[in-house]
Amino acid sequence: MKRIFPILAVLTGAFLSYALYLALVVAPTEQTMGDVQRIFYYHVPSAWTAFLLFAINFVASVVYLVRRNPAVDAIAVTSAEVGVVFCTIVLITGPLWARPVWGIWWTWDIRLTSTLVLWLMYVAYLILRRFSTGGQTPVIAAAVAVFAALDVPLVYFSIRLFRTQHPQPVIGSGGSIDPRMLHVLLMNWYAFLCLAALMFWSRYRLEILQQQLDEAEGLESLEMRSPR
Amino acid sequence: MSVLRLTTATLAKDFRLEWRSKDALNSMLFFALLVVVIFSFSFDPNAEESRRIAGGLVWVAFLFSSVVALNQTWAREVRNQVLDAYRISPAPSNALFLAKVIGNFLFVALIELLTTPLFIAFYKLRAVGPAWQLFPVAALGTWALVVNGTFFAAVSIRTRSREIMLPLLLFPISIPAIIAMVSATTAILTAEYSARFWIVLLLTYDVIFTVACLLLFETVLNAE
Repeated sequence: MKRIFPILAVLTGAFLSYALYLALVVAPTEQTMGDVQRIFYYHVPSAWTAFLLFAINFVASVVYLVRRNPAVDAIAVTSAEVGVVFCTIVLITGPLWARPVWGIWWTWDIRLTSTLVLWLMYVAYLILRRFSTGGQTPVIAAAVAVFAALDVPLVYFSIRLFRTQHPQPVIGSGGSIDPRMLHVLLMNWYAFLCLAALMFWSRYRLEILQQQLDEAEGLESLEMRSPR
Repeated sequence: MSVLRLTTATLAKDFRLEWRSKDALNSMLFFALLVVVIFSFSFDPNAEESRRIAGGLVWVAFLFSSVVALNQTWAREVRNQVLDAYRISPAPSNALFLAKVIGNFLFVALIELLTTPLFIAFYKLRAVGPAWQLFPVAALGTWALVVNGTFFAAVSIRTRSREIMLPLLLFPISIPAIIAMVSATTAILTAEYSARFWIVLLLTYDVIFTVACLLLFETVLNAE
């Protein structure tokens, strides 16, 4: 296991470099936006990866509430952490693109706003885990994760109507995407998925080790208290 | 004992304690008053502008003062080991939860009733739309804050620095409810659009999260 990790890390690095090459050199330049549009190959894959990880967090939290398996809890915390990392990338790259194209850093558009709310909820989840004391952390964290997931459709609908009452900059209305661009986008997404999987795996191993350490410490303090 | 009798018994106990100490009520009322006064120093709108922003101001004031009440919900029970006793007893935990939610709802509603006249006076408010709709909006909005707030207060008593943990959990989850209650209130005050969609959204929010709280409260109470 330990030997595979560096190999996978190198492979992922090579794949990410290739995807970056595709995004910066191979992909055709967008007609109206120019080279600024290339940030899209980092922005969209990060968003998809973050949403996928938050979905994994929800499933793991529900399973944990039913089964109470510590390994599932490790999956939940890992997916939330890595998801927040990718969600942060989305929230940073979005305004970087919006400023030259829309002329503003931020607008209360539905996708921007729901991503921001999602980020806020999962940061709150991670803070709860950090501040929680004792062995009940996984249970209460799983309950909060379920609440966050239930909130997602409500956030979406409320912002969707909220938005229609405010003037908005017009986003390039639909149209079809160039097949070459789609290819580059998908390659970038696969590269990001590899990176996410790598981060997930190393963070998950750390979490399992932490659990074993806590358990061992708990046992030790029990044995010290009851001399045989 | 039935859930109803347990709920009323817990509610009566909380009211008697609150009536004798008046801790939560006084601090909440004074806090809400401070928020109203500070807001009126921060903004100096004309009647037309204040109609547009009042919905937001009122609900932010209520949100902050309900956090004051919610933080005190479980503090007394933790101090006196009531929660441990409740865990051992065969009483259904949802009765305890419902009693706390109803109690908080009544406290916050009372504060709202007392501070709304101040808002009306300070901001020279007059509703252009159907003013009676403000009552269902206030009831549904308060329930939305209080039901999740009581639940998250029960979550945050398990953490270090519990006082700060409650708003950190409650505010992000409440964003759709806050958008709905602010938009509904603004809609009624300005009569520029219909409040119906927002009232339905609030109702949906209340139903979803009341069910979720009732399903998960026992798990959280017994989490060890």
